[in-house]
Amino acid sequence: MRALWKGVLSLNANVSSEMVAAILILTGTIFSFLSAIGIIRLPDVYTRSHAASKSSTLGVLFTLFGAFLFFLFADNFFSIRLLLGIFFVFLTAPISAHVICRAAYRSSVEMSSTSVRDDLKGALRKEQEDA
Amino acid sequence: MIEIILMLSLGFLALSMMATIFRLVIGPTTPDRVQALDLLGINLISAVAIFSVLLNTHAFMEVILLIGILSFIGTIAFARFMERGVVIERKRLK
Repeated sequence: MRALWKGVLSLNANVSSEMVAAILILTGTIFSFLSAIGIIRLPDVYTRSHAASKSSTLGVLFTLFGAFLFFLFADNFFSIRLLLGIFFVFLTAPISAHVICRAAYRSSVEMSSTSVRDDLKGALRKEQEDA
Repeated sequence: MIEIILMLSLGFLALSMMATIFRLVIGPTTPDRVQALDLLGINLISAVAIFSVLLNTHAFMEVILLIGILSFIGTIAFARFMERGVVIERKRLK
């Protein structure tokens, strides 16, 4: 790792800054890979929602920011469309995770047997009694 | 060196998309499958970004925005369909 950094720093300034962008992109895809492991391994849809929304959003943010830095350093191109893509993903990923979890609960998908508490059950029953 | 790193990250991304497609196929309920589709769209966004860095072109930026918007709208429509049975609700006054 130290040899890699020494190799990075000994290159000229342009190539080393592009290398920073490439390492950001690699970090982002590693986060995506970890979220895919979470998608495979976790027991039910509510716990899988953590892996599907949080870590994959972080991964795609790292990747898009790495691409943004690459175009900024390589050919001095300030890509407002990439920034808009970052903003849009950051805005919509939590909303879609929330909506999927809400639809799953309302269409009565079972929680896994290792879950310990379900606060929404009592609240929903109270709401139905009131209505 | 940069191309090697980008190829490596494309490999990681392909592995994670394969895992997501596995969940899309085996997912026991409908929300699992919709969640996997959403994650597939997000992974596709980063794949397009890596490809545009690899080919050194600016042509794919609109594709990133389009995939993001279409995946979001598809997720919302699927969730609406799972919750209420219809995508577009009509409220009539009686």
